[in-house]
Formats: sequence, structure tokens, C-alpha cells
Amino acid sequence: MLDKLKIPERHYLNNGHSLASWLLTKDHKRIAIMYLISISVMFFLGGLFAIGIRLELATPQGDFVTADTYNKFFTMHGVIMVFFFLIPSIPAVLGNFLIPPMIGAKDLAFPRINLISLYIYWIGGVFTLYAMIAGGVDTGWTFYTPYSATGSNTNVVPTAVGVFIAGFSSILTGLNFIVTIHRMRAPGMTWFRLPLFVWAHYATSLVQVLGTPVVAITIVMLGVERALGFGIFDPARGGDPVLFQHLFWFYSHPAVYIMILPALGVQSELVSTFSRKTIFGYSFVAFSSLAIAVFGFIVWAHHMFVAGISTYAAMVFSFLSFSVAIPSAVKVFNWTATLYKGAISFETPMLYAYGFLGLFAIGGLTGLFLATLGLDVHVHDTYFVVAHFHYIMVGGAIMGYMGGLHFWWPKMTGRMYSEFFSRVSAIMVFVGFNVTFFPQFVVGYLGMPRRYHSYPDEFQVLNVMSSAGATVLGLGYALPVLYFLWSLRYGAVAGPNPWRASGLEWQMQSPPLTENFVETPIVDTEPYEYEHVVSREKHLV
Amino acid sequence: MSNAVVHADIHGQAHAAHHPALRHHFDTMGQQKEAAVIGMWVFLLTEILFFGGLFAAYMVYRVWYFDAFAEASRSLEIFWGALNTAVLIGSSLTMAMAVRGAQTNKRTATINWLILTMLLGCVFLGVKVIEYAEKIEHHHVPGFNYQWAPAHEAAPAAEGVAAEGHRKLSLTPEQLQLMTQIYFSLYFTMTGLHALHMIVGIGLMSVITWMTWKGKFDREYYTPVEMSGLYWHFVDIVWIFLFPLLYLVERHT
Repeated sequence: MLDKLKIPERHYLNNGHSLASWLLTKDHKRIAIMYLISISVMFFLGGLFAIGIRLELATPQGDFVTADTYNKFFTMHGVIMVFFFLIPSIPAVLGNFLIPPMIGAKDLAFPRINLISLYIYWIGGVFTLYAMIAGGVDTGWTFYTPYSATGSNTNVVPTAVGVFIAGFSSILTGLNFIVTIHRMRAPGMTWFRLPLFVWAHYATSLVQVLGTPVVAITIVMLGVERALGFGIFDPARGGDPVLFQHLFWFYSHPAVYIMILPALGVQSELVSTFSRKTIFGYSFVAFSSLAIAVFGFIVWAHHMFVAGISTYAAMVFSFLSFSVAIPSAVKVFNWTATLYKGAISFETPMLYAYGFLGLFAIGGLTGLFLATLGLDVHVHDTYFVVAHFHYIMVGGAIMGYMGGLHFWWPKMTGRMYSEFFSRVSAIMVFVGFNVTFFPQFVVGYLGMPRRYHSYPDEFQVLNVMSSAGATVLGLGYALPVLYFLWSLRYGAVAGPNPWRASGLEWQMQSPPLTENFVETPIVDTEPYEYEHVVSREKHLV
Repeated sequence: MSNAVVHADIHGQAHAAHHPALRHHFDTMGQQKEAAVIGMWVFLLTEILFFGGLFAAYMVYRVWYFDAFAEASRSLEIFWGALNTAVLIGSSLTMAMAVRGAQTNKRTATINWLILTMLLGCVFLGVKVIEYAEKIEHHHVPGFNYQWAPAHEAAPAAEGVAAEGHRKLSLTPEQLQLMTQIYFSLYFTMTGLHALHMIVGIGLMSVITWMTWKGKFDREYYTPVEMSGLYWHFVDIVWIFLFPLLYLVERHT
């Protein structure tokens, strides 16, 4: 049967070959592909700065770059990775591509706004790249005042404008998803038949729509203060720099959930598919996404325990921060229960899913350390924090993104990549990641502060481990570029459903038609019903 | 492929007699309109949070520097603020009439009401220009040679002078200079962003007017008119909050 598979004659990729057919397309799938290319460029650009950071930290002396340059390195790394890679990553690529077919729709509700959001992302990127070329910015990705408003003489305004603009891309994507999920579902696709990937994106979109405008206005206030000399956050002019932190984290903490929630959605799909079982506790997993989105908005001040906020406020925020652990743990336990007695197989996406499970657990549990008021005062601004958020953002969000990309690549392109090399890459990423970031927990706990380009000699062993691990990690991320590109031409034809998965998107041909489905599907079964798929396989044997 | 899904030709049926404004990915005009309405409300939610950040900052500094805020607020002319409030509320009425016109398929009425709404919007912006010019003249723009002068010199409002003249302030001139500057930073950011939204709204309405002129709308499809209406009402409501917060700080004394 496999040798009979052919790439269908008509699909979204060959529906027009001109540049205009891409740049003016309203097809959510083509827009997703353009996002994929854009964020991949940004990812490797952000990665270059990470290489700079790890090179500098290989020795205790500040000998590779000056302190000023080092400041720019970690700032540009943070700005690019957070605003131009992590936040758009899963929603703009996988969400864009998959949400319409997953709910049985022909496109997102507002295809033109979807295209506009891509252009807005590009314009924001151009501003930020301009800032980078013009000499970079050194405030840290957090733009803390008063330094960013009055102290720094680097390109704060162009960078801030870039972030401001890119924020609207994120808002429009979220808005589009919310409306699409509300109004574009196929007949029979009730809320509780939605794939958990869609639920996770719904929760993500709420955060994007409600959080992003707050950071946007904060950047406006920072901008008028810096460019026009208004006084809002400058203590020398009666302003309050801590107010900036409140407003900034009101978005930027929930932004963490913009990054991780979609990855949690991917994880639910992977775990269910590769253990060939209905997800355990569907509604709990679905509602835990919403709970994370809601709790995410009321914990922001845990970034500010040492910023001079009142002890009582700090205690309340500490307590609330713990509450995020509950829905997160619900998810992890439900995935574990899904795996239990499942027919588990270890294709590449599942390797990423396993990696995700372990790394997310470590990242989440160390989050509890940091939510603890007394301990946070001790490890605040050390490498412990750096390690923690990389476990969530890289170990969680990027593992989820990579898992999802490997899972849906055959759907997006119609072809399979090399299973051998993709497994090698997945293992390299997992090992490289842990060797890079686990030592940072230790070195941070021992007292090494973040954002310094030199450090005492006794921390060198751990830092060299970290730099060595980063090399493996970087190679692990580079490898997929090769085998993905290879697969476009030489990969085996995947067929509509290579993983024998249950979702509606697998009912389309691969690569899908521009209109996704020939006829609007009518859904009459519950989600993740692998009993059907399994029984059909037995029947075939 | 699977027994999980059966296909039905409801797509084909929807195409039988479809409206020219119906986009290909929607099944019915009703679905298309609902999507637009939800999308618009979500967008307005975003806008609320956008202005919300400013309101939060305003709240903090108003509590901290209440006396200075009251003092600075007195330098604004209530007359202009009240006039603009009336103008905007009036423009909300004309906008609602325009939507009603579109709904009942009265093209000329729709166009007239839209033009009237735009004119009122321009009146608002004109008044704002007068007010800004007055502020620039008195060096009340933060960052540009900002100079706080006592209120009775800056604001010649007849009813205000007596009350202000008797008012005892515990703040030194240096403190006033610093704190009123924060007030005006917020004043210009808030009213400036609001004015920017007005300009966008007027731009939107000129497009809608042109589309109405071209006969793009009918009883079944007038969503863009209605959406511009929602946007315009939102911009009005923001002003309804800005007016008392900026102009009426402790004016009752």
C-alpha cells in the first residue's frame, strides 16, 4: 500500500508559483509557511547571540567581548527569542496551519487580517534588526526604567518600536483564533470535541488579546519619556520605576503562558497519538489551559520580590504563584495517565514529547522554588532563574514546537523526513539542553549573578559544561534544517495520515488543498477515539 | 478515510444563492456577520486594556500627587472639555443614526449622518488644537522647557480664580513643577492617543462613506458601517472617562 502513495496533483503549495501568490495569499497555510521561514531566521539570529554569550562565559575573565558588548548580546538574544521567536512560534506556525482544519473550517475567520499580522511582524522585525545593526541595545529584554528611559545611550527606541509593532501581530493572531474557534467550527464539532491543541490556543489567544496591549501602552509611555522627555517612570522627575515593572510584568509574565500553553496543546496531541489512547481526563486538560491563562494574570509581581514592593503584596503574589502549579500538574498527571497501559511507540515527535515531559516538570518545580518568597530573595537575578526559565521556554516551549513541527511536517509538506537523523537530533537537543542548563541551576544557587560577562574562577567548570552543552544543543537545532530541506525533495511520500492519528486535520490530503476539505466535514464522534483506529488496524491484519 | 467523519454537501447548498459580499470561507451571511461582531468586541477589549495601562498609571500618580493633580487640572478650561464632551456624545448619536440608515437601506441618510459625524469629530479635534496651543504657549508641555506657573496666571477662567486664590497649598514650587509635569505627561499621552483614535475613526468613516456612496451595502450586508459605529462609540466612551479624570480633579471646592 505504501508504494502506491503519491503526492496529490492539486494542493496549496502548487496553487500558484509566483511571488505574489505567496506575498498576497490569504491562505492560512501559506501564511503559516511564511511565518515558519521568518521565525526560523529569527531563531538562528537569536542563537548567534547565544553563541556569543556562551563563548564569553567559557572563561572567567571578560576576554571575548567588552562588558558593553556582552550587555548587548544578552539583550538582543532575549528580545529576538522572546518577541520574534517564542511568542509567534507555535501559534503563528502550527496554530495558523492547523486550527482551521482541526475544527473543519476552510480558513481562519479573517484571512486578510492574518496576512496583515504577518506583515506587521515583518515590520516589527525590521525595526529590531535596524536597532541591532545600528549598534544594538543594552537594557536587557525587560527594558527596566530608569536605565532604559534616561541612562542607556543605545538604540532603545527602535527596539521598543519593533517590539510594540510585533505585539500587534500577536494580538491580531489571537483575535483571529478566538473568533475562528467561536464561529467557524464544522457541524458537530462541539466545544468538547475540540482537539486539546485548539483549547490550548484558545487560552493562549485570550492572554495575547488581554495582555499584549498593556505592554504596548507601557512601551508607548517609555517611548514618550525617552524621546520627548515626558516624565512617567523617571524617579528624578517624580516618576516611579517600579510602576514600569508592574505594567511590564502584567504582560510579560502572562507572555510566558503565550509561549508554553500552545506547547502544552501540542503535547496533548502527541501523547494521545503515540500511546494510541484517548486522552485521560479531557475536560480537565482543556480547563487547565484556561486556568493557567487566568492564574497567569495574577502572579506578575513574583518578578519583583526584591524591587521594593510591600511584604504583604509579596506574600500574596507568592501564594498566588503557587496556584499556577495546580493546573500545570493536572496536565502532567493526565498525560502520564494517558501513557499508562498505552501502546507507546517512539517516533521522533514522541521523543520530543518525552523530553518535554521531563524538562517541563523540572522547569515547573524550580518555578515553585522561585515562587517561595524567602528562597527567591536568595536566588533572585542569579543563574538559577536563567536555568529555570530556559527549562520552561526552551525545554518546554521549543521542545513542544519541535515535536509539533515533526508531527505535522508530513501534513504540511506531504513528505517524511529521515527518521534516523530526526531521532539523533531529538536526542542531541535533549542531552545538549540538559548539559547546558542544569549546571546553571547549580552555579546560580552558588551565587553566580546573571548578566555579567566575567565571574570568579571557581564557577568555570560549570560554565564550561554549559558552553559545551550549548554546542551540542546548537548542532541539534541545526540538523533539522538539513533533513527538513532534504525531505522536501527526497522524502518518502507520507500519505494523508502517516501516524494513524485521530484528528480531523489527518482527514485532509497531504499537503492539503487550498480549501482544506472538499466538503465541509460533519463530526459525529468524540475526540481521540483511538479504539476506532485500533480496531480498524486489527481488522486489516 | 475514516468512519469518524462523514461528508455532507452543505457547502454546495450555501452557494446556491449567495450574497456578493459573502466570503468563500463562510457558509452564511449570518455566520460572517457574527464573526465580525465578535472580532470587533475582542478588538475593543484589547483597546480597553491598551488605555487601561494609562489609567493605571494615572491612578497611581493621582493618589500620590493629588494636590498637584488638582492644581494642574485647574489650568484646563472646563468650557472646552465640556463642549468637546457634548460634541462627542452628539457624534455618537449621529453615528447611531448612520447605522440605522444603513440597516434600513437609506443610502442618502446614511451618507449625511456619516458626514455629520465626521464633522463633529473634526470639531472635537479643532477644539483640542486650541487647547494644545494654549498649553504650548504656557510651557505646559513636559520635556519642552516645561514651566509650571501658578494656576491663576495660566487659567483666566472667571469662576475658578476666586476659589484658587484662597487655596492653601502645602507643596513647594519645586514639588509642583515636578508633580504637575507628571500630570501633563499623562494628559498629553492620554488625550494624544485618544485624538489619534479619533483621526483613525474619521479615516475609517471616509472609507465607509465612499463605500456607501458606491452602493456596497444593503439590508443584508452593512457590517462595516456597524463596526465603525462600535469603534466610534468606544472612542467616545474613552473620552467620557478622560474628561472627569483630567478636567474635574477637585473642582467642587
